[in-house]
Amino acid sequence: MTLLAFDWILMVEKLILIAIIVFASLGIALYTTFAERKVAAILQDRPGPNRAGPFGLLQPFADGLKLIMKEEIIPNSASKALFILGPGLAMTAALMTCSVIPWSSHVELFDRKIDLQIADINIGILYIFGVVSLGVYGIMIGGWASNNKFSLMAALRGASQAISYELAMGLSLIAVLMISGSLSLKTIVEEQMAAGSMWNIAYQPLGFVIFFICALAECNRTPFDLPEAENELNFGYHQEYSSMKLGFYLFSEYINMIMSSAVMACLFFGGYDIPFLNESSLAPNTAAILGLLALLTKIVVFIFVFMWIRWTVPRFRYDQLMNVGWKKLIPLALFNMLLTGALILWKQG
Amino acid sequence: MQALTNRGKEVSRKPMSFMERLYIPSILKGMAITFSHIFKKQPTIRYPEQKREFSPVFRGLHVLNRDEEGRERCTACGLCAVACPAEAITMEGAERLEGEENKYREEKYAAKYEINMLRCIFCGLCEDACPKDAIYLSETFAPANFTRKGFIYGKEDLLIPDPITAPEEFAKARGAHRNN
Repeated sequence: MTLLAFDWILMVEKLILIAIIVFASLGIALYTTFAERKVAAILQDRPGPNRAGPFGLLQPFADGLKLIMKEEIIPNSASKALFILGPGLAMTAALMTCSVIPWSSHVELFDRKIDLQIADINIGILYIFGVVSLGVYGIMIGGWASNNKFSLMAALRGASQAISYELAMGLSLIAVLMISGSLSLKTIVEEQMAAGSMWNIAYQPLGFVIFFICALAECNRTPFDLPEAENELNFGYHQEYSSMKLGFYLFSEYINMIMSSAVMACLFFGGYDIPFLNESSLAPNTAAILGLLALLTKIVVFIFVFMWIRWTVPRFRYDQLMNVGWKKLIPLALFNMLLTGALILWKQG
Repeated sequence: MQALTNRGKEVSRKPMSFMERLYIPSILKGMAITFSHIFKKQPTIRYPEQKREFSPVFRGLHVLNRDEEGRERCTACGLCAVACPAEAITMEGAERLEGEENKYREEKYAAKYEINMLRCIFCGLCEDACPKDAIYLSETFAPANFTRKGFIYGKEDLLIPDPITAPEEFAKARGAHRNN
């Protein structure tokens, strides 16, 4: 009879939460594509898409419809199963990240305390790293299965780039973990929210800069967009893709961007913390909604910075990319880690 | 080797300094520049709603003119066809019959008048050559067409609307800067 003791309401609650978060991230990703075009336009003194709907707000739907209507082409020489698996994997890996991000504190509905986080696992940040590294398989498989030399080159670049930058990312993260002493994202956020403590950015400015640069590289954003280098590799790993499979690749990039913004907000900018406000003095539901808005604001700011960088900086050369990753970021991250450790020891006396 | 011009500049091969190798200061500088563009005025003209005025000397599609009583001015003298450097104009003259005085201004008129818009270079020499002020270049350009034949404009395409029966269309076809 132990099966009956299963908390079915919790199950339903989590399923609803999953559905909301997945669809919300898809919706936000949809509008991120629009924002990208709009930001690019505004930074270049253009109006940007403004035809579909008021201010062009229906543009992402028009784009999506266009992608779905396009002919689905699978090259004869491609290995079909992998060719289809690639975009699916990229998308799944991108969406899986959102399960451990604490979107806000908890709401109280129907006498139940509902955490606005799908799973508060105690290795949250490790889980994110694991899933993000899975994401590179999307690129690898896509590039390999296309059976095209440009795609393969892009896949190789993507893989080596992801490996080099994940190292520095992980090292800069260790310094944060030394301060918070926990791998659970919720705990990390709550420690930053606690009275008298500051956001981690105050303790880890160098760590944040390293993490941010690595996040750019992980998301394949300019100046690290070597895997899709339009002018040398012809769009790289998704060159052979068409229709919604291409859409999935493009989409997963934007979801990755949102998720890495969320992770950065949680690790360094207090997550759903509102600065100079004691959330515990508010009603839990109000606090949850305000916290969610605060987190979303932080994410939007990060996404804007991502785009701002994209439309400012040209792409790095491959040797520059490797130099920055291995010769600059990793030593810096190691130095940061040692410094943090030494300071913590010194403080403890 | 002697340089062809004195504008050449020697390429600097000096290695980057530490600050330059950091990249970040110059990236931040670049970002400041792009950010300042947010506040710049957009030069874009939102086309279908907003149109840029043609200049007063713009030479567009040809118009065969009428006089103020609505009679065709063209006498099929052929001076425009002679003046045309692209040989785009052909015409056939005809004699005005009794009772057609209200249609044609003079005794001879153009029974057929064709301009091949694919040949035309819109130089306006026909307008200069015309002694009767019967042809001029308007403020619109030739629209796209599906066939080559569609670009051969006959009298029905070129002739201006009658100022007496359709004064509004006449004024529109005449264009803004010819009306005053």
